[in-house]
Amino acid sequence: MAVSRSDKLPVASDGDIVAVRQRVRSLAVELGFSLVNQTKIVTAASELARNTVVHGGGGTVEIEVLVDGARRGIRLTFRDHGPGIPDLAAALRDGFTTGGGLGLGLGGARRLCNDFDLQSTPGDGTVVRIVRWR
Amino acid sequence: MADVDRIPIIKMGEFLLVSIQVDMHDRLAMTLQDDLTTSIVKHQARGVLIDISSLEIVDSFIGRMLGNIAAMSRVLDAETVVVGMRPAVAITLVELGMSLSGVRTALTVERAMDMLRAAVGPAAHMGRVDGSQPE
Amino acid sequence: MVRNAGSRVVQILDKQERELLAAWVDSQLKSPGLRRDLIQEAELREQSREFLRRLRDAAASAGVDDVDSKAWDPVREQLRALSTERARRGFTPSETAMFVFSLKEPLFARLRQEIGSDTTVLAEETWAANILLDRLGLLTTEIYQQGREELIARQGEEMLELSTPVVALWDGILALPLIGTLDSARTQVVMENLLQRIVETGASIAIIDITGVPTVDTLVAQHLLKTVAAARLMGADCLISGIRPQIAQTIVHLGVELQSVTTKATLAAAFAVALQRTGQTIGRVRPPA
Repeated sequence: MAVSRSDKLPVASDGDIVAVRQRVRSLAVELGFSLVNQTKIVTAASELARNTVVHGGGGTVEIEVLVDGARRGIRLTFRDHGPGIPDLAAALRDGFTTGGGLGLGLGGARRLCNDFDLQSTPGDGTVVRIVRWR
Repeated sequence: MADVDRIPIIKMGEFLLVSIQVDMHDRLAMTLQDDLTTSIVKHQARGVLIDISSLEIVDSFIGRMLGNIAAMSRVLDAETVVVGMRPAVAITLVELGMSLSGVRTALTVERAMDMLRAAVGPAAHMGRVDGSQPE
Repeated sequence: MVRNAGSRVVQILDKQERELLAAWVDSQLKSPGLRRDLIQEAELREQSREFLRRLRDAAASAGVDDVDSKAWDPVREQLRALSTERARRGFTPSETAMFVFSLKEPLFARLRQEIGSDTTVLAEETWAANILLDRLGLLTTEIYQQGREELIARQGEEMLELSTPVVALWDGILALPLIGTLDSARTQVVMENLLQRIVETGASIAIIDITGVPTVDTLVAQHLLKTVAAARLMGADCLISGIRPQIAQTIVHLGVELQSVTTKATLAAAFAVALQRTGQTIGRVRPPA
């Protein structure tokens, strides 16, 4: 499996969340993702980007294209240096929230992706990595 | 992407129509929520129709916005119907775990209008005994 | 010096190529199993010549022990192409494998001639040649099977698409009669298709009929329920009909969501409910005779 393309975007503001959505969407379209899978990866990206802005104090997202034979995938890695998530298991459960609203959206985002990886150290930040294949 | 300050709200009789055609950033969504609430009160609207047929993405934030609008309008004695959700969006919302249980939905504008009219019931008029209307 | 088993084989492939080729092709042409209708003599001769050449090159450079090694790539490549082509033409796997196995007799005959009375060496060389050709013959069978599996999978998909059309039963009422065994991936596609048809027709009710589905595993049941939820989000309603007791058990294990889904034992019953919900009715014009 190889990474054929790589790009980094800031994720610090409202506008950045939209920019991430649009970049991921145009990439998914270009790679020939099915409509449903396009929608899933863009929605997951939106959830995680918002987390990075709202809970992580801002950060970055690395956008990579994965190539495995004829398979094509998109890998997104969201990084922030915010307060981190103290209770990962709770965060991944639906309905968990530290602020207003329905929760961090992590559990939902996980269901939308093929691969999901979350590393968080309280006080040091969070790294969330997702992969969606075409 | 057009840089839109607000989503326009159109008054049609006792109903308000909103058509969301842009990829909204979060602040724009909050503004829409506020604007709608203000409009419902200002025009004494009895129903709100939100057309999302142009939306390719509805994430948890927008989902919550729709839920909030439905709840707030109900408090203000108005009914909300969301129209035109795309299949891919519906599938994704289900996967996200959002049921939008307080939000009524319709496939078409016609069906939505039927639902709103049914919910609103016959309009109450302030009229005179002889049947004439006040100016 | 330790002599490599197979070195005499290489010698024969090298020095007696023409005679070996002639004997081998002859033996293939004489074989009752040869599909003269599916392959011409000239083509057979060319394939055989090419095979011997590649066989010699690989055996000379890397010995006959490891046919999976890089040196043997060209041989495997030719066999792959040959097997795939023959499968396409309609050869059976045995017929294709015979291409390789039929080389044994002429090769063993030449080994006997060359090695003569040294029975130990003859036995070793014959054994090495035998193992080699067995491995290569089996390779053709594996390739054949892979090709068939891919073809069957593709045909299965096409058939499933044909066997799951969405039917407009009545004004605003769609039916999706599912037939055959469902797997997770196909169920997803079929369900997405249903939602798309709901939008296109503006139907208010869709009936998913699973009378023709023998078993439903939990993944498929989850997809069904997610489809019902998605249709609801869009503003349409879904009924599920044709549920047999065993399937009912599977679905019940999934818990809460079932309560809000209307399920009926038969498509007819579901249709009646759908008519009622859409405010329609079917009446008789005159009493039956």
